[in-house]
Amino acid sequence: MSRFLVRRLIQSVVLLFIVLTITFFLLRLAPGDPMSRYYNPDFSPEMARQVRESLGLDRPLIEQYFRWIRAFARGDFGESIRYQRPVRELLAEAIPNTLRLTIAALALHILVGIFLGVLSAARRYSPFDRVNTIAALFVYSIPEFWLALMLILVFSLKIHALPSSHMQSLDVEGMSALSLFLDRARHLVLPAFVLGIASAASTARYMRGSMLDVLREDYIRTARAKGLPENRVILKHALKNAALPVVTIIGLDLPFLLGGAVIVETIFSWPGMGRLAVDAIYARDYPVVLAINFVVAAIVIIANLLTDIAYGVLDPRITVGRGGGK
Amino acid sequence: MDTLIDVRNLTTVFETEQGGSRVVDGVSFHVDSAEAVGLVGESGCGKSVTALSIMRLISSPGRIAGGEILFEGRNLLALSEKEMRKVRGNKISIVFQEPLTSLNPVFTCGEQVREAIALHQKVSRSESKTRAIEMLRLVRIPDPEKRYGAYPHQMSGGMRQRVMIAMALSCEPRLLIADEPTSALDVSVQGQVIELLCELQARLRMAVLLITHDLAVVAQMASRVIVMYAGSIVEEAPVRELFDATAHPYTQGLLGSIARLGQRSGPLSTIPGNVPDPFGLPPGCRFSDRCPRRFEKCSSAEPPLIDISPAHRSRCWLCGGRG
Ligand SMILES: Nc1ncnc2c1ncn2[C@@H]1O[C@H](COP(=O)(O)OP(=O)(O)O)[C@@H](O)[C@H]1O
Ligand SMILES: [Mg+2]
Repeated sequence: MSRFLVRRLIQSVVLLFIVLTITFFLLRLAPGDPMSRYYNPDFSPEMARQVRESLGLDRPLIEQYFRWIRAFARGDFGESIRYQRPVRELLAEAIPNTLRLTIAALALHILVGIFLGVLSAARRYSPFDRVNTIAALFVYSIPEFWLALMLILVFSLKIHALPSSHMQSLDVEGMSALSLFLDRARHLVLPAFVLGIASAASTARYMRGSMLDVLREDYIRTARAKGLPENRVILKHALKNAALPVVTIIGLDLPFLLGGAVIVETIFSWPGMGRLAVDAIYARDYPVVLAINFVVAAIVIIANLLTDIAYGVLDPRITVGRGGGK
Repeated sequence: MDTLIDVRNLTTVFETEQGGSRVVDGVSFHVDSAEAVGLVGESGCGKSVTALSIMRLISSPGRIAGGEILFEGRNLLALSEKEMRKVRGNKISIVFQEPLTSLNPVFTCGEQVREAIALHQKVSRSESKTRAIEMLRLVRIPDPEKRYGAYPHQMSGGMRQRVMIAMALSCEPRLLIADEPTSALDVSVQGQVIELLCELQARLRMAVLLITHDLAVVAQMASRVIVMYAGSIVEEAPVRELFDATAHPYTQGLLGSIARLGQRSGPLSTIPGNVPDPFGLPPGCRFSDRCPRRFEKCSSAEPPLIDISPAHRSRCWLCGGRG
C-alpha cells in the first residue's frame, strides 16, 4: 500500500509539472498580455514598457519560465497583476466557495444518481423507470447555461422562491447562526442543482445498467435462495457489486464538475475559483491563471487516487498495493 | 415413510418470441423424509428449472403455470412471498452447480454462511458467527476460524462448494436440493464432495434431491431415481431396479453410454441427436425421434406413465400400456 502511494505520488508530481508547463506556454501563445487592458490614450507605450519590465515580462520566455518554476516549487504563487494582491490570498477566498458548491453538487450527483439508478433497476420497465429514463436523457442533453437561466427565470423571477446570485444575502449582519445557514443554503440550491444534476442523470443510467447486470449474477440467486427479502438482496448483495464500476465513473467525472463550476459560478455570480479563473484569463493575469490550474489539476489527481483506493476498499479481489489493480 | 414433498403436475413456462415454452411439462414426483432421490437426464431437459420451481425462484420470462408443490402438507405455490422466504434456506435449501460464481465476491465466505443463520434463527451476532464456524468445520474446511474471513476468490472450487453446502445446511433443512453439485469440480474433488453429502444426509436425516447427469453418482447416493427427458418424467424406479430392469429406451441409452465408456462415470452424450426444444417436440412420444425401438404407435399418441412394479413406472408403449 505505502509503496503504491509513493509511486502514485511521484507520478502525480511529474504529471502536475507537465500540466503546468503546457499551461504556461499555451497562455503565452495566446495574443495579448496583462497590459492589453490599459490601451487608452492616457497609458503611453513608455509606461507599458516600464510596467512590463517591473513584472519581468520583458525577459526571454524561457527565463521567465524557470523563474516561475523556481518560485512555484517554493510554494510562492506570486502576486496578481490585476488585483495587486498575493495570489495565495485570492485563492484562500475563492477555494472554499468553490468547494462548497462542488461538494453540494457532488453529493447531489452521488446520492440522487445512485438512488434513482437502483430504484430504476429494481422496478425495471415500470412507469417510474420509464419516466426516469426520459427525464435523465432530457437533463443530460440540455446545456448547463440554459438550464441555469430557465431555473432563474422560474424560481427567482417568477415565483421568487430562490435567490438567483451570490452566496448569501446582502443584509446578513445580525442574523442568527441558523438563519444565516438557511440563507446560504437557499443560495446554494440553484447553482448546486445546475452543476450536479446532469452528472446525477448519467450516473443514474450507469447505476441502473450496472445493477441490472449484477442482478443476473448467480450469487444474487444464491442470496434469494437463502430466503433474503428482495430489498436486502438489492441493497446488500447487489449494490456493493454494482457500485464498483460507478465509483470509477464518479471519479472520472470530477474534472467535468470543476469545468462546469466555471460556467455556473459565472452565471450565478458565485465568488469561486471558476469565476476568478475566467476574469484572470480575460485580464491575462498569468500568476492567477497558473495557480488555479495548479489547484484544479491537483484536485483531479488526488480524486483519481482516492477513486483507486476506494475501489480497493470496495472490492476485496483488488490489492491496491500491487500496481493498483488487476 | 412419510412424504416430505409431493410435486403434482408441475408446469413451468418460459415466454419466448415463439410463444410459451413448456420447459417443465406436468412433472409429478415425491420425496420422502430422509430419502435421497436422484433426478437425472441430459443437459437442457429441465432439471434445474424443476429445482428452481420448487424454490419458487423462477424469474421473468419464466413462470410457474400450473401444478401443486405440497411440502409438509402445505402448497408452496399458494404461499405468500413472505411465507415462502421462511421456507427458502430454512426448510428447503439448494446447492447450485457453479461454485465459482454462486458466492458473492465482495463478502467473506463466513459472513455469507452467518447471514443465512442470522436470517432464520433468533441468535446474537456472535452466536451466529460461532455457528457459522461450526458449519465450516462440519463440511471439513480446514482451519475454519481462519477461513471464516476468507473471500471466495481466495478459495478453490471444491472449497467454495463446501461453503455453499455449509450455507445450505446451516439451518438444518428438511430437504436439500443439490443441482449438479460436483459437475463443475475436478474429478479428484467430486468424490470427496459426494461422500461429504452422503455423510451429512445420514447425520442430519434430511431428504436430498440430487440432480446430476452422472448415473454413477446416483448409484452411490440415491435410493430412488427419476429420469427426465424434454421437460417430462420418462422413468422412475428404485435405484437397483433401474439398473437391472431398465424399462425406457432413453434410460437404456443413458446406461449404455456408461457401459460403452467402460467406466462408471462419464457424460451422457452418446445417444444420437439432441434434446429437442419444446417447440420441436415430435408428435406422440417426445423421445420417438431418437428412439431405436420406435414403432407406429409412438408417433400417434404420448404414452402415460405405466406401472411396471409398485415403485417402477415408465412412459413407454413397450411396457404394455393400453391407449
Ligand atoms: N431464463 C431462461 N429463458 C429461457 N429459457 C430458459 C431459461 N432457463 C432455462 N430455459 C430453458 O429451459 C430448458 C431447461 O433448462 P434447465 O432446467 O437449466 O436444464 P438442465 O436439465 O440442464 O438443468 C433449457 O433448454 C432452456 O431452453
Ligand atoms: Mg442444470
